Amino acid sequence: MNATSPAAAALSREHGLELLEGMLRIRRFEEKCVELYGAGKIRGFLHLYIGEEAVAVGVLRALAAEDAVVATYREHGHALARGIPMRRLMAEMYGKREGCCRGRGGSMHVFDAAVRFYGGNAIVAGGLPLAIGIALAAKLRGENTVTACFFGEGAVAEGEFHESLNLAELWRLPVLFACENNLYAMGTALERSESETHVARKAESYRVPAATVDGMDVLAVEAAASSAVSAIRAGAGPQLLELATYRFRAHSMFDPELYRDKAEVERWKQRDPIPALAAGLRDGALLGDADVAALEAKIGRELAEAIDFAERGSLEPAADLARDVYTRQAEP
Amino acid sequence: MSGARMSYREALRAGLRDALRGEPRAFLLGEDVGRYGGCYAVSKGLLEEFGPERVRDTPLSESAFVGAAIGAALAGLRPIVEVMTVNFSLLCLDQIVNNAATIRHMSGGQFSVPVVIRMATGAGRQLAAQHSHSLENWYAHVPGLRVIAPATLDDARWMLAAALADPDPVIVFEHVLLYNAEGELDPSITAVDIDRAAVRRAGTDVTLVTYGGSLPKSLAAAERLAAEGIAAEVVDLRTLRPLDVEAVLSSVRKTRRVVVVDEGWRSGSLAGEVVARIAEDAFYELDAPPARVCSAEVPIPYAKHLEEAALPQPDQIAAAARRLLEG
Repeated sequence: MNATSPAAAALSREHGLELLEGMLRIRRFEEKCVELYGAGKIRGFLHLYIGEEAVAVGVLRALAAEDAVVATYREHGHALARGIPMRRLMAEMYGKREGCCRGRGGSMHVFDAAVRFYGGNAIVAGGLPLAIGIALAAKLRGENTVTACFFGEGAVAEGEFHESLNLAELWRLPVLFACENNLYAMGTALERSESETHVARKAESYRVPAATVDGMDVLAVEAAASSAVSAIRAGAGPQLLELATYRFRAHSMFDPELYRDKAEVERWKQRDPIPALAAGLRDGALLGDADVAALEAKIGRELAEAIDFAERGSLEPAADLARDVYTRQAEP
Repeated sequence: MSGARMSYREALRAGLRDALRGEPRAFLLGEDVGRYGGCYAVSKGLLEEFGPERVRDTPLSESAFVGAAIGAALAGLRPIVEVMTVNFSLLCLDQIVNNAATIRHMSGGQFSVPVVIRMATGAGRQLAAQHSHSLENWYAHVPGLRVIAPATLDDARWMLAAALADPDPVIVFEHVLLYNAEGELDPSITAVDIDRAAVRRAGTDVTLVTYGGSLPKSLAAAERLAAEGIAAEVVDLRTLRPLDVEAVLSSVRKTRRVVVVDEGWRSGSLAGEVVARIAEDAFYELDAPPARVCSAEVPIPYAKHLEEAALPQPDQIAAAARRLLEG
């Protein structure tokens, strides 16, 4: 599919603007994070989602409030799209007490019980078994909720991917497996690590229905995710989406990108999901220059407020270092 | 009044049955816990009583089913997982150490992980080097976990309820040589405190600190010492993390001599941690250097005489105690 996909024609203006805003919010947030990293405000690993925004925005739009989300260490996009307040996410990046995890998690470990967001998992494939368990709990309690589990294509090389797909189908659990195939596991290209490079085919070997989707087209992602979520809610068991996407930036802030061609990166940038959606909306006369300016201004205000909130935030006293290691605080 | 006579295995099963009856959020899962009745027959009969949803057989996928239990706990259930042996638990070490132990802290206190993970441990059944190790201390090293080791019939009967009531992950180590041990339950006990160590035999001359499968051996050693006029006090740690250091110190301050008995390997052992705590807090109250009796530093061998030679035995424990008194 391309920027002027037929789906755009059927879009409402409101829907289109929401998708655009969702992606632009993630993009502007992360661009600012790069600046703040350079200024030493944010430290540790910082994995940017820039280029992949259509995946989180499209998939999470298909979920309901009572559904659950398990994400990866490249999860700022999922966190924002799921509704974690930007100010609390930014404060977490700053390591402040007002952060969503009181500064204990940082960029890679974002959690928010209020929106059923179960991390921020930085062990590749480590989140898949958790998603199985969250979905099992829903099934045992008779709740018709879905657990969306994001992971990269690098995770399919791990045993936990295979064990989890098998269990999900064996127990017919309500899990949406969302594989973000950005072609590189850090610096290792998919074809250098997998004998079978089609993730969807691997899923089918576990009898998990799977579809490959253009992850640079937010409308295609949303349509595929909505259809998969409906199937899961109707009792069809787990579903997998392989979302073909690309990360425009380096793996983390310490990556000289020796493993891929600049020309390849440029080619993918031509398919940037944000201008692609904007062009589609303009073609349908659903978007004008004033709309874009208004969105940018709104996001700019939210971002400025989030940074201010993080700057003004407080540091957890070191005396409280050991809080939340145990629920009952009493460790010698 | 005398209590019901049963085996350690049956006591564990009674604890599981209580949990499944009394806690609607509890369910048991693991390899062969259902139709087979459990690798060590602990869960025999529970499938018939509670059905396949609550006594759930799993594939041989330790990482996935232990991780699933952690996920179910995050979502509000109270899963009890059986991992066949501690050696197999290395296949799910990632889930236990990187998820169960960390999520409470990483999430800034938003999520607790109330999961109970039971596993068999220890040697003595000639199962050789991939089924016989005592890696309790690997888990006891990790903040965020509670580690317990029922060594008596009453603890086998009642510790699970306490573990299930704990809001954080609890690892339960069941020593393979204890499963067949029989005795009478103390009818006065209907609950146990998993925060406290227990004095299993009182004495004044030397303290034997131990846990799990080494408790019967330490008690046997104490019996031999008693015949020689040496009164050994035996302290059962019961909880390996957090350690009840006060109970150990209180006994050692009285006897002024201590032998720590631990089926783990000596290097980097739990016994080493116990000795370090004693040295830090009661050094000047000791009349002799602390001693350790641990397993020989070899992968546990198959042949009976070699396996016996590798493990702490009552004779060695008694000899270690005697040396401290002769000192």
